[in-house]
Amino acid sequence: MAEVEESSKRMFAGLSDISISEDIPVEGDISVPVRSQNADDDFSTLDEPVKDTILRDLRAVGQKFVHVLYPKKSSALLKDWDLWGPLLLCVTLALMLQGGSADSGDDGRPQFAEVFVIIWFGSVIITLNSKLLGGTISFFQSLCVLGYCILPLTVAMIVCRIVLLGSISSISFVVRLIVVTASFCWSTFASTAFLADSQPANRKALVVYPVFLFYFVIGWMILTFSPSP
Amino acid sequence: MSASQGSTNTNTEPWGSFDDNIIIQGSGSAVIDMENMDDTSGSSFEDMGEIHQRLKEEEEVTAEAAATEEDNGEDGEFLGMKGLKGQLGRQVADEVWQAGKRQASKAFNLYANIDILRPYFDVEPNQVRNRLVESLIPVRMINFPQKVAGELYGPMMLVFTMVAILLHGMKTSGTVIREGTLMGTAIGTCFGYWLGVSSFIYFLAYLCNAQITMLQMLSLLGYGLFGHCMVLFITYNVHFHSLFYILWLVIGGLSTLRMVAVLISRTVGQTPRLILCGTLAALHMLFLLYLHFAYHKMVEGILDTLEGPNIPPIQRVARDVPVVANAVVNATIKSISAVLQSQ
Repeated sequence: MAEVEESSKRMFAGLSDISISEDIPVEGDISVPVRSQNADDDFSTLDEPVKDTILRDLRAVGQKFVHVLYPKKSSALLKDWDLWGPLLLCVTLALMLQGGSADSGDDGRPQFAEVFVIIWFGSVIITLNSKLLGGTISFFQSLCVLGYCILPLTVAMIVCRIVLLGSISSISFVVRLIVVTASFCWSTFASTAFLADSQPANRKALVVYPVFLFYFVIGWMILTFSPSP
Repeated sequence: MSASQGSTNTNTEPWGSFDDNIIIQGSGSAVIDMENMDDTSGSSFEDMGEIHQRLKEEEEVTAEAAATEEDNGEDGEFLGMKGLKGQLGRQVADEVWQAGKRQASKAFNLYANIDILRPYFDVEPNQVRNRLVESLIPVRMINFPQKVAGELYGPMMLVFTMVAILLHGMKTSGTVIREGTLMGTAIGTCFGYWLGVSSFIYFLAYLCNAQITMLQMLSLLGYGLFGHCMVLFITYNVHFHSLFYILWLVIGGLSTLRMVAVLISRTVGQTPRLILCGTLAALHMLFLLYLHFAYHKMVEGILDTLEGPNIPPIQRVARDVPVVANAVVNATIKSISAVLQSQ
């Protein structure tokens, strides 16, 4: 310990005459002038053609889809979150689940607004819950993760639609049940892989349960969907 | 203003250096100068406009100087100069964004602070599990005020679970909601019961001098919904009336008894105890009865009372009564006229 002090004293011997008196307020800027090098890049995104912007965003969304389909411990979904993917998935799902009017005689299928509201308010409530339980993830990051993890359920919806194009029988019901159950488990597993890390270890179950319930309700809406005759 | 003029004066470069502009805006500064910290800091756009104007003027001056310096060749600083316009614009926009963000976060912290609710969600999974099980076990000791946990995680999750179960029940019974949505009705019913009955019983408890807080009442009733969830989950899938009645009495009764015992232990006097506990018991048991019968698949009922080939197998009685009654009436009249004609 004494040796370390000696060596550090020797190292800083030359600086001994620099001292900051306590009555002078220490202030300064921490703005890094690295900006000037990126100035051209950032400035030019306003000038680039719209096609480039859209393609870049689509590529980012597609990359996140891949991350959801093969959930590994990566931080791509968390670091640069965006809400385009969730919006796209939510609108697709709501359009496909859309029912006719209540007067048409068939049992009331969910309206577009119902599915939309369920997905977004469900995500908000789960996010608030995980924040209240002491999570370190931010509000929009959590919305992003939950929205992107609806992808397996959307794929299941498309498969169910295709299966329902054939005959409506018990075999088709079993097939749909298997597909929806598998995709629901996949969604839950994928989202907990991202969300549970931000919680203290013993409270993971408390955060996982609402996520389970949320995807269960969406999966059940998909399973009970029947097309109009 | 004086700071900027002072720094320009001490500058040796003819066109002014970048540090001036960075210091002037102060947007990247990590140190908050407390002298300038007042309620209007950064909130008036006139200030922004003024800063913007000043920057524009300086930019013109520096651009003029840059034009004369162009033959200096490639220079790191010169490249930066060219990007100065973009940098200025961006820093002004940044300043505006920071100002707006500060205002919004002030308003948010005032009105929507979720940290108020944080202590009520401070639970462990095994605590929640224990409380769920305890909600079906009535306490024996009613002479001593029983402890009620004041948490909101368990009750909220139970209410959402009941919404999901109710949705399933409504779907399988073929309920058609005309003025509204299925989801809205389910959420409204469950949350309305939890919040409404809790408030009502809390009000009665206040009248009857019972020692219970609103949070404890919410928590107690929320955990009391665990029994409801179990009964509904079983009976929406297995349709036997006798099974439902048995479960209603046993599980519904146990959960009601627990809540009643806790309330009795916290109230003095026979009449207040009777009022409070009678009301709670009635509301709790009747709610379960209502949830079962409102969304009930009445297939068995139809097959028992009406037999006929022209009646489709799955039909809800309550809504199709006019149609079925008409069919029955028509059949009866036809048969009577046939009998009369044959005579």
